[in-house]
Amino acid sequence: MNYGDEIRREARKLVTRRHFFKDCGVGLGSVALASLLDGRLFAQGKTADPLAAKKPHFPAKAKRVIYLFQAGAPSQLDLFDYKPGLAKYNGKPVPESIAKEQMYAFIKPDAGLYATEFKFARHGKSGAELSDALPHLARVADDIAVVKSMVTDAINHAPGQIFMNTGSQQFGRPSLGAWVTYGLGSESQDLPGFVVLSSAGGTSGGASNWGCGFLPSVYQGVPFRRTGEPILSLSSPRGITRETQRRTLDTLKALNEHHQALTGDREIATRINAFEMAFRMQESAPELTDLTRESKETLELYGATPGKGSYANNCLLARRLVERGVRFVQLYHEAWDHHSEVVKGVRTQCKATDQASAALVQDLKQRGLLDDTLVIWGGEFGRTPMVESNPDADRSMGRDHHNKAFSMWLAGGGIKRGVTLGETDELGFTAAVDPVHVHDLHATVLHLLGFDHTKLTHRFQGRDFRLTDVHGEVVEKLLA
Amino acid sequence: MLSRRLKLLIGGLFALAAVVPLLRTEANQAVDYARDIQPILAGACYQCHGAGRVMGQLRLDDKQLAMKVIVPGKSGESRLLRRILGEGDEARMPLGGDPLTPEQIALVRAWIDQGATWPDGPAAAPAKLEKHWAFVAPTRPPLPQVKNKSWVRNPIDSFVLAKLEEKGLAPSPEAAKLTLLRRLSLDLTGLPPTLAEIDKFLADQRPDAYEKVVDRLLASPHYGERWGRHWLDVARYADTNGFEKDLARSIWPYRDWVIEALNRDLPFDQFATEQLAGDLLPGATLEQRIATGFLRNSMLNQEGGVDPEQFRVEGIIDRVDAVGKAFLGLTVACAQCHTHKFDPIPHREYYQFYAFLNSDDEPEVEVPGEEVTKKRAEIMAQVAKIEADLVASDPGLSGRMAAWEERARQEKQDWVVLEDATIFAAFGTKFDRLEDGSFMAKGDNSTGNNYVIKARTPLKNITGFRLELLTDPNLPRSGPGRSNEGGLFVSEFSVEAAPADKPEALEKVALGGVTADFSHPDFPVKNVIDGDLKTAWSIDAGPGRRNQDRKAVFATKTPVGFDGGTNLTLQVAQKQDTTISLQGGKPNIGRFRLSVTTTPSPLADPVPAAVRRVLAVPAASRTREQLHEVYLYYLTVDPQGAAALKAIDEVMKAWPYGPTTLALAPRPIPRETRLFKRGDWRKPAEAVEPGVPAALHPFPQDAPKNRLGLARWIVDPMNPLTPRVIVNRFWQQYFGQGLVTTPEDFGARCDRPSHPELLDWLATEFVRQKWSMKGMHRLIVTSAAYRQSSRVTPRLEEADPENRWLARAPRFRVEAEIIRDIALAAAGLLSPKIGGPSVYPAIPDGVLNLSYGAPMKWEASTGEDRYRRAMYTFWKRAVPYPSLLVFDAPNADFACARRIRSNTPLQALTTLNDKMFMEAAQGLALRAWKEGGIDDRSRMVYAFRLCTGRRPDAFELQHLMALLREQQIYFRGKTAEAVYVSAADMDDLPVGVDLHRIAPWAVVARALLNLDETMTKE
Repeated sequence: MNYGDEIRREARKLVTRRHFFKDCGVGLGSVALASLLDGRLFAQGKTADPLAAKKPHFPAKAKRVIYLFQAGAPSQLDLFDYKPGLAKYNGKPVPESIAKEQMYAFIKPDAGLYATEFKFARHGKSGAELSDALPHLARVADDIAVVKSMVTDAINHAPGQIFMNTGSQQFGRPSLGAWVTYGLGSESQDLPGFVVLSSAGGTSGGASNWGCGFLPSVYQGVPFRRTGEPILSLSSPRGITRETQRRTLDTLKALNEHHQALTGDREIATRINAFEMAFRMQESAPELTDLTRESKETLELYGATPGKGSYANNCLLARRLVERGVRFVQLYHEAWDHHSEVVKGVRTQCKATDQASAALVQDLKQRGLLDDTLVIWGGEFGRTPMVESNPDADRSMGRDHHNKAFSMWLAGGGIKRGVTLGETDELGFTAAVDPVHVHDLHATVLHLLGFDHTKLTHRFQGRDFRLTDVHGEVVEKLLA
Repeated sequence: MLSRRLKLLIGGLFALAAVVPLLRTEANQAVDYARDIQPILAGACYQCHGAGRVMGQLRLDDKQLAMKVIVPGKSGESRLLRRILGEGDEARMPLGGDPLTPEQIALVRAWIDQGATWPDGPAAAPAKLEKHWAFVAPTRPPLPQVKNKSWVRNPIDSFVLAKLEEKGLAPSPEAAKLTLLRRLSLDLTGLPPTLAEIDKFLADQRPDAYEKVVDRLLASPHYGERWGRHWLDVARYADTNGFEKDLARSIWPYRDWVIEALNRDLPFDQFATEQLAGDLLPGATLEQRIATGFLRNSMLNQEGGVDPEQFRVEGIIDRVDAVGKAFLGLTVACAQCHTHKFDPIPHREYYQFYAFLNSDDEPEVEVPGEEVTKKRAEIMAQVAKIEADLVASDPGLSGRMAAWEERARQEKQDWVVLEDATIFAAFGTKFDRLEDGSFMAKGDNSTGNNYVIKARTPLKNITGFRLELLTDPNLPRSGPGRSNEGGLFVSEFSVEAAPADKPEALEKVALGGVTADFSHPDFPVKNVIDGDLKTAWSIDAGPGRRNQDRKAVFATKTPVGFDGGTNLTLQVAQKQDTTISLQGGKPNIGRFRLSVTTTPSPLADPVPAAVRRVLAVPAASRTREQLHEVYLYYLTVDPQGAAALKAIDEVMKAWPYGPTTLALAPRPIPRETRLFKRGDWRKPAEAVEPGVPAALHPFPQDAPKNRLGLARWIVDPMNPLTPRVIVNRFWQQYFGQGLVTTPEDFGARCDRPSHPELLDWLATEFVRQKWSMKGMHRLIVTSAAYRQSSRVTPRLEEADPENRWLARAPRFRVEAEIIRDIALAAAGLLSPKIGGPSVYPAIPDGVLNLSYGAPMKWEASTGEDRYRRAMYTFWKRAVPYPSLLVFDAPNADFACARRIRSNTPLQALTTLNDKMFMEAAQGLALRAWKEGGIDDRSRMVYAFRLCTGRRPDAFELQHLMALLREQQIYFRGKTAEAVYVSAADMDDLPVGVDLHRIAPWAVVARALLNLDETMTKE
């Protein structure tokens, strides 16, 4: 007897009886089964609720994620990674031994070195070194872990963002948020499991940044809109009242159920559920996005102004989303591509984001949510220790793309508090101590959520794909 | 309660599985190698550790080699056991495969502990590995015997029924006639049947009424749209380039080619050949060149600062993937970085396959169309007449022209190309260096660039510099510029020089004068040395005469050059001047070359390069076009030519251009392909020749080693994969899943086919029917299997929940595009127009903001184009059209052989609330009101039929009428609400109806359009 086939057959029956995910007290064995079965069943649309909450491989530290994606790539050298060495060699060309190793997008590898113009100081008990562009983050320095030794493979924005989100520079792989939602489902009955918010510009990677790749489309990120209805097509057409909508759905339900009895097709029940959840979404989303329900103190903490599509509002909205059981919230702030006037650019963007990012950590903490909510802050790569100046492109005193060393920070959800991990070399070119590759970051995030990153897989094209491909190691030093 | 049941069940299974092997492998029971062990090793290990491949230098089919990992008597110390258990830090074996069952592991353990007896002799010789079924060409199986012979309509049914009888199942009764008609119409055209078609079919009592409908639908031009859209999924068709910039591209003529090819039932072998190598066919037609757009559908990264070679390579990798998925059902791409783990595609063979696709130019081919062609012929006739009149009226002209040509041919210039040169440009634009020393701009094309070239020359006494602007098939309309029309302008040209041994002593070179072979009268070439970035030189010679090689020559005031060599810095500035709006787009230089001369007082050769090329051809053997080319140029230098030239200029102003499409053309000098170590384009290794995987059928001996040969290999009757892969995808579209459920992967890890013999029969039948796609469709839809009812009885739900054995027809939601088409068709709004440029149906505000930079212009189409079939919606890769994406339309980043079919709340929100769906509801309401009869009841029946095809039963009618009545009461006296709900456009209210009466119908129509049945194929 083929034992695997037997289990599959039994489980399939249960799934089609639509009790599998929802009603069973899911234990370890059955979760493994569920992920084993997911692919085929979803492909055929034969599942009750693919977003039903699932348990991970092992007990998790983090239950949800808020990822503050600083798109465009912030300058780590002006925010986190203080390099006295650069001050020493400011304006000098890069030593040839270093220059020949580098690959750059816009500048020549022999451009002059550029020391930061920001003041750095140590903060909190942990003594985290931050630039004065981040006065608010300094307040929560003891709650976060700064990684100064991030490394990625890509040096252009679209491939870089896709790589940071999917672990591959090639389009078509599922994003981190999609994997997490695939693995854990959602705690929310009336909101999507994976929500995307954005402020500033549109992202280089486009919709693929929060795509589901070959995973079922129910796991792709749902972009909330900045103004008007938060979810596309959320509002009933003009003139259709709540009452009319309800009556329409009642009629639909009656007719669909009637037809299900004739056809015997259980998929109709799934459709009825989908329409009901759509209705619940219509009811709850406007309340969710109504920031006037927040106290004055909270609004001030974030610097949020109800009605604006700002980063601050999005941070506050992110908290409201996770409070309501949304699994993965990703904020995009595409505004950090400072090829020119990096000082001015960093200052402006820190003004727009620093207070709210810090407020989010603080607010989650005071509400007891930080312990099991993982907050991630970072861009798709870093910026060069050399200056970018090119009058032909109207650029001066900027920094180019850099992939061999950049900084991110994480907080909550099982992350060690008040640590700074990794060091770069004297001039900030490479991650010299404790390098953390994007794949390692992914492995760590999945670990915190209770997954063995090598085992959260999906069979596609005859291969078991995973977020970390064939790479990735959990960064133990970041774990609390 | 249930959860407990499940736990018990699963627990039970685990326990059972654990107990069984223990029983079987008690210590006293001897394990036999041949009986117990060898089958396990053969099944799980030989694939990577056998005769075919020897991973990690381990072979488990060879006793001596296998003993490297076996310590007889000590299973605990045997690496074999540790690896299959997945102990230690190493990955569990078989890598990427299902683990061995506890029973199998127990057997291996017991066998080792019992001494690992591996007898020599016959059993010791490993059985020859059978080749994976899909890599062996199908042979035509005999039709199986069945009991219920009367059910069988065609051979498909014999195979299906034999399997059903084997499983103890019976086929379902035939579906109702109406259901069949709607099913057929949706399957073959993607459109619901009209009420007239329904009535006609229901009334047709002839025995072949069904077959007649099949013939009608296969002959419908909408058949090409329906099946074309399926093909466009694997062709990853889109209207933008993807990545950050995601600029629009024009490749819709390829989409139309697909539709048209299917409509004329172009045999699949030809269909495949033209898409892979239409340009290489003898006497290739424009249509055949358009077909190569299949390969051009790859994404293109134009983000600032990218290395174009990296993304060119990625484009080729994508083409390999698309060919693999579309034609071979092979995930070839896995071998990009390493030898394929499961299929016999070594790393090297991947790059041999890649080499077929790696040696092409990427032109935009103009598709003039009838109107443009006709207009051009008219213009050419007028020009010819002007020329003829001039010759007739000026007898001396021919003589003067001959004398000029003689002189012109003797003019010789001595130019040395600056070979030792590097280039740097603003915005991270990068360049290819071509064989002739020219630079080809790639990547970012932001307006207002400056190209800075650093060169070194041994020459002294340099008297002049030459800037050649060169056409190239890879530029828009051949260039030489990068604007949409191939245009460019140059604002300044400057040179600095320094002794090679003193590079810091760079000094500006004074330029004495500049000449060019052509300048636009308003933008003369002298502008490029006037020190003013705002003034520029343009080479736009007007419609029909742009896109030529041009040149400018800059004479130095005093000769330049140092002993010991000279370093030169040349700058070609193309700063944007808002007063220049020539040729639209972004006028940067596409391809150019720099040379120097020591000839005193150099001037630009006034004769354009194209004319020079003709002059090299003996006068007697020149073509008409060549004669015209020379003649037209000569008029510019002849003292009497001015009047005729002016007349010609006047006529040429009307020269029309047609749309373009992306195509392929072989490079004149083939590009060498090198293997990339670990798939990294920066790590090229040894060169490889084009070739196909050795594990498959051989490459045809007489075929060329190019794309045409590749195409011949793919449609070779010996090919075990392609016919199976194609018929399997046909099957998938009809039945919801393929006979092989992984249509993109027929490799060693694919699911076994549910009906292997049927698959092989269909594959051989496809070839026997000379690859006629319509023939296969006819065969499938006329089978009894297809004509079954889709009703799911409790017995079938229990016995075959996935409907693998086909005891019923499938029932599933239609695809994204068809959801919209059905709604618009029901509303009577759908445009039947086929083909043409993609259209821009209204898109919700703000959606486009999600992509980088300024949102692209999306001027909502009006009139007919607002309601075209969804497949014509402009497909923007970075922001796919939301109401299609939400229903699982593939985003076209890569080939998609199988769509996901999900069922989500966001879909419900879309069909309930999206503006277009509301417009459809309003259209349907108005239609029901106007056409549906004199009372509400008949209108309700009419509207219901428009959505589902059938009449509502009493229960349905009762509920719908109740909703209607409530709404009628609600809207009474509510004028504003009634207007909102009943009309899409406040400025264009329907006339002659009372909107208070229409609004309730709009509510009902919206419900009808959202019925599960409306969007489902039954």
